[in-house]
Amino acid sequence: MSFLSFFKGKPKQGTPGDNGNADRGIMVFENTSEVIQAENALKREGWEIRVMGPPPEIQSGCDLVIEFPLIEELNILRTLEGEGIPPLKMVPVTSPLLHPVDLFHTKDFGEYIMVRAANMKLTVEKATGNIVNVSGGGCPDVPYLAYEMVGQTLADAPSPREIGHTLCGYALQLAYEEVKRQCSP
Amino acid sequence: MLAIAGTVPSEGFPLVDGEIRMVDNEIRIDEQRVSVNRGTPALMAAAIKTAETLGQPAPFGYLVGDTGLGKGSRHLYKYLTDHLPHSSFQTLTFHYLQPIVHWHKRLQQVIYEIKERPTLIADAGFMYVAKMSGQAPMYDLFTPDIGELAFLADEKAPHPFYTRGFILHDENRVSDLISRAYDHNNASRFLLVKGKQDYLASREGILETVNSPVEEALEAMGGTGDTLTGIVSALIDSGMSIPEAAVVAMKANRLAGHYAKPTPATQVIEIIQHIPKALSEVLRESK
Repeated sequence: MSFLSFFKGKPKQGTPGDNGNADRGIMVFENTSEVIQAENALKREGWEIRVMGPPPEIQSGCDLVIEFPLIEELNILRTLEGEGIPPLKMVPVTSPLLHPVDLFHTKDFGEYIMVRAANMKLTVEKATGNIVNVSGGGCPDVPYLAYEMVGQTLADAPSPREIGHTLCGYALQLAYEEVKRQCSP
Repeated sequence: MLAIAGTVPSEGFPLVDGEIRMVDNEIRIDEQRVSVNRGTPALMAAAIKTAETLGQPAPFGYLVGDTGLGKGSRHLYKYLTDHLPHSSFQTLTFHYLQPIVHWHKRLQQVIYEIKERPTLIADAGFMYVAKMSGQAPMYDLFTPDIGELAFLADEKAPHPFYTRGFILHDENRVSDLISRAYDHNNASRFLLVKGKQDYLASREGILETVNSPVEEALEAMGGTGDTLTGIVSALIDSGMSIPEAAVVAMKANRLAGHYAKPTPATQVIEIIQHIPKALSEVLRESK
């Protein structure tokens, strides 16, 4: 199945809370022109997004940001990368200066190695590179990612970035990249 | 009766509800079969095994397919909003659902209006959205792991992915994380924190700790937290107090893991099969 066909028929609406922005994020771009290009591309794809003034904490030099449904971060990022206009950063509205987790915990089980990024853990058999377990997380793509990845080698398994849809998927991607880095010769 | 709501990783899986059973290592609900590996099916399987051991009725399930796109979760949120007002469950456990704040608020309103409010348990995505919505104190029990506890403790983080580094660094100071989560009203009435040591906590601090038997490999296994949530849900629904149920569940889950002789490659179904034996043993010793 192609990457794009996977999303056919997908509902694109984000659903903001009635009186809060807890589930909304902000995309920051290099310049206003990119914001507009991104807005056009995302609206053309049916995403429910809004162009907003950036909060003062954002120090990107850009005077516009795009508000988006936070949980759809991976899907929206893929759309923009496909258009050649990836944002500089994507952060939650509630705390614009928050950064994605960048701490990794590695545990060596002898024959196996486990890496955790945020709430996601990926475990690999050292000798073969086989992915033997995926654990942690709470978004519905986690069991799906586990189903697709466990039993395959790091070289053959689809990356979470390709088939995941949520922040948990994104966190697993970070763990996946770190395991690959640690297991590379 | 206990009801469990969650998802399975298949977009084509329809929304189904009904009594859940386990046959040949598969969950049976309505006319559907679901294999048990991790996620909500693992929670359901553990709850079924616990209920069987206790001689309690089989749990009720609400399941829908969702691979992270959120469509199935939205469908289930709406279905629960329509159906829960007419239900009479004593215990409700919410699990792998897409965190969607406005749907959580609608469901919460419905639950508030139920005449005899059930005991509310949340784990995984539903725990995230409960905290994200600022409504964690409405719940009776959350079952986070250590990383998720750090997320609950970070009043700024809308998702574990954004938990700030200085809080993640505090993972060895569980009592501080628990205090911080309660200080910012981001914890349920009780917390069952699963990890190398398991903790039961409340606003008063750590109430109980269980740290044996130790099986290091369990940390790598997907689904061991789900089984713990399933066991404690069924125990609470049987009439045990939350603190008593939490301690029994922590011990039984660890013992079932021990009996499985796990490696980091072990799958959770191997632990689920040992739940009846482990639970019986823990219940016998606690008398």
